[in-house]
Order: sequence, then C-alpha cells, then structure tokens
Amino acid sequence: MQLALLTGFVMAALVPLLHRWIGARTALLLAALPAAIFIWLMTQWSALAAGEVLVLEQAWVPALDVNLTFRVDGLAWLFAMLISGIGVLVLVYTAGYLRGHVDLPRFLVVFIAFMMSMLGLVLADNLVTLFVFWELTSITSYLLIGFRHTDPLARQSALQSLMVTAGGGLALLAGFVLLAQAGDSWSLAELATRGEAIRDHALYLPLLVGVLIGAFTKSAQFPFHFWLPNAMVAPTPVSAYLHSATMVKAGIYLMARLHPALGGSATWTLVLGLVGGMTMLVGAVMALRQTNLKLMLAYSTVMALGTMTLLLGVGTRAAVAACLVFLLAHALYKGALFLVAGILDVMTGTLDITTMGGLRRVLPWTAPTAAVAALSLAGLPPMLGFVAKEALFDALLEIGPWGWVALVAATTAAGLTLAVAAIVAIRPFFGPLRDTPRRPRGTPPALLVGPALLAALSLLTGVAPGLFDELVTITLAGLGMPGERVHLVPWHGFGGPLALSFAGLVLGLLVFRAWDRLRDGLVVGLEPLVARGPEVWHSAMGWRTLQLAAWQTRVLQNGHIRTYLVTTLLAWLALVGHALVVRHGALSWPVSAWQAHEVMVAGLMAAGAMTACVMRSRLAAVAALGSMGFSIALTFVLFSAPDLAITQLLVETLTVVLLALVLFRLPHFTVLSSPLERLRDLGVAVLVGGLITTLMLAVLGSERLPRISDYMVANGQPLGHGHNLVNVILVDFRALDTLGEVIVLALAASGVYAMLCFRAEEAGHG
Amino acid sequence: MVKSSTLILGVAAQLLLPLQLLFSVFLLLRGHDAPGGGFIAGLVAAGGFALYLFAHGRRAMAAILKVAPRDLIGAGLLLGLLSVVPAWWQDEAFFTAQWWTLPFGIPLSTPLLFDLGVYLVVLGALLTAITALVEIDQVDNPH
Repeated sequence: MQLALLTGFVMAALVPLLHRWIGARTALLLAALPAAIFIWLMTQWSALAAGEVLVLEQAWVPALDVNLTFRVDGLAWLFAMLISGIGVLVLVYTAGYLRGHVDLPRFLVVFIAFMMSMLGLVLADNLVTLFVFWELTSITSYLLIGFRHTDPLARQSALQSLMVTAGGGLALLAGFVLLAQAGDSWSLAELATRGEAIRDHALYLPLLVGVLIGAFTKSAQFPFHFWLPNAMVAPTPVSAYLHSATMVKAGIYLMARLHPALGGSATWTLVLGLVGGMTMLVGAVMALRQTNLKLMLAYSTVMALGTMTLLLGVGTRAAVAACLVFLLAHALYKGALFLVAGILDVMTGTLDITTMGGLRRVLPWTAPTAAVAALSLAGLPPMLGFVAKEALFDALLEIGPWGWVALVAATTAAGLTLAVAAIVAIRPFFGPLRDTPRRPRGTPPALLVGPALLAALSLLTGVAPGLFDELVTITLAGLGMPGERVHLVPWHGFGGPLALSFAGLVLGLLVFRAWDRLRDGLVVGLEPLVARGPEVWHSAMGWRTLQLAAWQTRVLQNGHIRTYLVTTLLAWLALVGHALVVRHGALSWPVSAWQAHEVMVAGLMAAGAMTACVMRSRLAAVAALGSMGFSIALTFVLFSAPDLAITQLLVETLTVVLLALVLFRLPHFTVLSSPLERLRDLGVAVLVGGLITTLMLAVLGSERLPRISDYMVANGQPLGHGHNLVNVILVDFRALDTLGEVIVLALAASGVYAMLCFRAEEAGHG
Repeated sequence: MVKSSTLILGVAAQLLLPLQLLFSVFLLLRGHDAPGGGFIAGLVAAGGFALYLFAHGRRAMAAILKVAPRDLIGAGLLLGLLSVVPAWWQDEAFFTAQWWTLPFGIPLSTPLLFDLGVYLVVLGALLTAITALVEIDQVDNPH
C-alpha cells in the first residue's frame, strides 16, 4: 500500500510528460490508480469482516518513533474506499470537464498528489505521519482552489483557506505533541487503548484544544466555516471531491479516530455538541441566503459536517453509528450534486439558480440524476439519506434532557436542508425554459457517468442499507465500541424519528414555497451579522499580522549587512552568555606546552585580522583576510585535519576568484561609520571573541558526557566502511545534516542568480 | 577583464582543466578512505572551470560544460534524495547506507551516490554564482 501511494506521487510527477504523449486521456489513465486501490481494498474486506486489522509495517525514522505503518481497520477502510472510489469517478468527470484546458496537466498533478495524501492521512498509524499528510492535503487544496490563478478572487480564497487550515494545522501539531506525551506513544492504535490515562492527564485540556482547533478548521466548523464557501471558486471536480466528499471530512475522521482516546469527557461532549450544533444551524440558514448553486451546496456541506461533529460529541454507540451512515450518505449525494452543478455550469454558463428553468427537456439525463441525489439530501425514503436521518434522530432521542435541544436544532436543520434539496432539484429543471448565457446541448457521457453512478448508489444503498451493517459494526468495534450487530433498515416503522422527519418535511415545504421572499429577508436581515462575522475578524487579524511583519522588517531587515551582523552577534552573545553564566563548569587551561610554531601561526592570524580592520584600500584588506584564512588552514594541518585544511584552502582560492569578478564593480572603499559606531563594533567584536574563548575553555573543563568522536572512531570502519571519518560522518552518519546543507547551498546559489540576473535583465531591457 | 588574451593563461587553462577534473574525480572517489570527498572535489572542479572561464570567456566555458550550471544543482539534489530510496526499499530506516558489489568487483554504495550529489551541487552552485557575475558584467559592458 505504501508503494501504491509512492507510485501515485511518482505518477503525479510524470503527468506533464504523459499529457504530452496522450493528451486529455491522461485523466482516464490516471483513474486506473485509484481504481486499483479500490479493488485491492475490496479484496481485503473478507479479512476485515472476520475481525482482523490489516497492519502494513514500514519503518521511516525509527530513532524518532516515526514510521510509515499503515493500519487498515473499519474506519480507515471506509474512508479509503470513499477516497479511491469517488476519486475514480471524479477523474473520469475531469476528463470531460477540463477537456482542452491548457492547465489540465497542472490540475492533475496536484489532484493526484492530493488523493495520495488523503489516503495516507486515513491509513497512517503514526501521529507525525498523519500530520505530514494532513498538511499535504491543506497545501494541495490551496493549489487547487487557486487553480484559476489569474482571477484575484480565486487567489484570495485560496490564501484564506490555507491560512485557516494551516493555522489550525499548527494547533494540531501542538496538540499531537502533547497527546503523545500524555499517552506516551505516537501510535494511534496504542493511544486508543490509553483513553483513561489521557483523560486524567494534566495536559488533557490543552491537548484537546489543540487537536480540536485542527479538526474544526479542516472540517469547516463554526467559527472557521467561512473558508469552505469561498473555496467554491475552485473547479467543480475539486469542490465535489475535496470540499465535500473527502478533505473536509478529515477533521471528522480525526475526531472519530481519537474518540476512544479523547472522547467521553464532559468537555468533549460540551464542545463538540455546541460547535457541531451551531455549525449545523449556521450552515442550514446560510444555505438559503444563496442563489449560487455551488454556494448553496457548500453551506449545506457545512451543515452536514456540523451534524457529524454533533453526533461524535454525543458519543454513544448509536450516535457514532449514525455519524458513519451520515458520512457515507453525504459523500454519495453531495458528490453527485456538485458534479451536477458542474454540468449545469458548463451547459448554461451560469450557476445562478434563479436564472435557470425548464432544463429537464434539454438535459434529460442530468435532471433525474439531480432529483435522485436531492431526494437523498432531503432525507426522504427510499434513499440512504433517509436512513441516515432516522439514525440521527434515533441517536438523539436516546440521550437525556439535552437531547431535546439537539433534536429541535436537528429537526430545524433537516427541514431547511429539505428546502435546499427541493430548490436544487426543482428550480433549474422545471417550469418554462429560461434563457441562459450559453445554450445547453447534449451532455457528454464522461460528465454524466460520475454523478449518475453516485446517485444510483444513494438509491441502491437506501433500499438495502443492510449492506453496511457489517461495516458499521466493525468500525464501531475498532473505535472501542464492540457490541451486537448494527441493523440498518430502509423503513424504520412509525415512531419518534418518523414524526420528527415529518415535522422537518412540513417545515421544508413551507420554506421552499416561500423561498423567494424568505431569501430577500435573510439577505437583508442577516447582513449586519455577516458583516461582523468570523470572516471579518479573520481578515482583520491577517491585516494586523502583516502590519507587525512590516514593522519588524523595517527594524531588523534594513538592508545594511553591518546591522544584521551586530544584531545576530548580540543575540547570540545574550543567549550563549546567559547559558554559560547559569551553568558553567570549571574553566580549564590547556595543559600541553605551546610549541613555538603554533604561537607563530596564532600571531599571523591575529595580525591578519587586525590589518584587515585598519587597511585603507580594499585590495589590501582582502589580502589581509586571505592571510588569515591561510593561517587557519595551517592550524588544521597542525592538528591533523587534512580534509578541513584542503577545504579551507580551496574556499580561500575561490573567494579570490569571486572577488576578482566583483572588485571593479564595488563602490569606492570609503569609511561609512562614525568613530562612535566603530567603537561599538569593537566592543561587540571583543565580547564575541572573549565569549568564544571562554566557551572553548568551559567545554574543555567539563566532559560530563562521553565524547561522540569515540563512537565515530570505533564505528567508522565497521559500519561506514570508510577510513576517512570526516567523509563517513558527512555522507553516512550525518547524511541528513549534509542534505540540509546542500539544500541551503542550492538556495543560496538560486538567490545569487535571481538577484544578479533579474537586475541584469531589467538593466538590459531598460 | 573576463576574457584574457594572455597566451600562456589560455594554453594553461586548456591543459589544466582536464587534469583538474580528473583530479576532482580522484578526490571524490578516494574521499571515503583518504582526504577528499564530494565537497572538496566539487571545489576543485569549480576552480578548474573558473580558470577556463577567465582564459576563454563565458561562451567557451558553456560550450565545454554543455549543461546549465543550475541544472547541475537540481541533478545533485535529486541524486542526494534518490540515494535515500534503496534503504526504504529494504525496509530500513531513512538514510541507512546500502553497500553493493557490482560485477568485476566494483563497489557501489548509497554514500557514494550521495557524495556525487554533493559534488554536483557544490560545482553547480559555484558556477551559477560565477557565471551570473560574469553575465552582468557583459550586460553593463557589452564589448
């Protein structure tokens, strides 16, 4: 499985090449990858049904307890199936939707990378790995929202979503670190068994806050919900896949996954219940304010995400089961509806629902698809949405007095959602045919396959929801809630849930009839609230941060290298000096007698440094510095470090080469600083030199830890197969550090190139 | 000042460049057991190219180098990253060194590949900086 993901990332990198060879069919070819993953997951089902958990071990950085181990249990399997299955359909859809678009290869690169990251997110067993994939989905989502990058609105929305989700990611990272401390493990499976210890731990509250902020931002919970509707500027396949079926459910996944470890406390129930309920209502009400089809669907996604959070907060077995069914139902119908919205967009050239009408005659296949999916959204029988809603009411009826508050909220939200479903299914397709910016023609099959299949699945699983009995039971057992087999039935019989459904139906139909007037009222009435809403706070916060950044850049980064040097050195002086004063050991003087030639080399070095300071010509100063450099190389030779000596000599030589190139281009060698400033610089220099000397003496005096060089000397030949320890350390023992160094080197070279050549270009053009 | 017309320098650079490159490869390969290694070898090679650049000018050097210096950086980084993969394949920790013996007793290892990556990055970075400096010189003084 890890190999499948790696293949995916490699394939993503090869997309531009593939696209050159086979053109738009690339999307169809790429769909083979999620299809293969989907089929592989299917074959694992029998093992899973027998109660096994598939563990695919893979080491990564064992020294830090980081691994790439994948764990396929019920929850991971469910999510992976959704990601790969809907992924295939959306890729096929994309082949038709973005046919001939110049940036199709770029889209596919990011899209496949997202798909793999999302799969990694739900399969990973390690907190660090999960976090890496989590951030990868945020970044790929950012790139996909900003796909139409020439549109300023797209760029702004993309940035906003990145700021919200990546900001939440930081909180999540902090939460994970605390969680690993509290639970004494980085493995999700192990954490799940230590729930009691974690909930009693002193760090429980802070870690819960961190994890929940991460989950809430990702899953667009109130008050972070605003980025999701704005993300609708993305191409429709992205809205259908990332922003309704998969990525926004990552937060739900995380909360469900950590439910055994964190859930069940009063804080958990209160926070998730309140935030989930609030999100549910806000989403349902805001959806009715919109006329843009995609925005309506986006707000109804917000409502669905809130419902799932609410159910996880309730946390009883029935509630979690309802959450799982709801998740499935939502992925199926919302995916279909978004794809239908994309078809309408392509066919009519608009997404404004009030300007469409009578399209069922020209789009004979799209209309029934939309109708079936909308039935499920509305929660009417015989759809899976109905089963999910009944399960939701059932779960809420079970809990005590607070359940009634939740029930009223849920019924209201269900009613409003039904109105949204009716609007989406009826307004564009019925009534007289209206003129639209583009005249609709027949829909290409590539566009229809996906939504039709998803809608059909909503119907099929609604008639026979028993298909999911096993899956839900296994998933619940995996979340620490074993018990008897769950029974999902298409028709629940008459009772409390049905009465609530009926109440919702009546409310929904009333709202639907009065929608045009109601919408005007909502637009005007809610405007003051929206104008002071979280989105405004967020952008104000962003603006203040920018101001702060501008201020500190003015102060610290003023373009004078001497200021940078003084600042850096003083900061270093303060930090190291403090550490040295607080916990210094005895200073020890080197015992061996000084050789005459050693003293001479040291004297040469000092003389070079001082000469460089007082010289009045640049060439002389450079020569003085060079003599100091060569003396340093000599020191390395004296203390038998030939590698360092060679490197130092070569660097000195190449410095001369570079200087020869720039010498005539530099401004005149003049004195820029006042005597007072030079006195200050002298003071800083003396302090730094003194501190380094003291530090060296202190290090010599306190050998509390065993010397690392002993290990290196002992293991260089047997482990590293090399006699030159410097090289063994560079390319083997500390290869990661070296990799970092060469990356820095590469960045520096790119910086030089950019600074010099872009200015040269400007000069050339100007 | 970039293109010198000194005959001695020109001939010397022509003779020294291959020798320096050979020496740099020698340093690279012996680096694991004796003083040398990718970083030093990269510096030596860069020195050779810089000498040639001074003697014969930017175009002549570009003709000998064949690839853009910036591509060397990319290739080096890629090689460094790729040297990680074999360990991953063996289900071992990130960056665990792998050692093989090819037919005819030729030893090969991921540290060597990694060192080659370092060599290319160092060479590429220095040449990028040097050629960039030369280029702006020519923009300002076209002749």
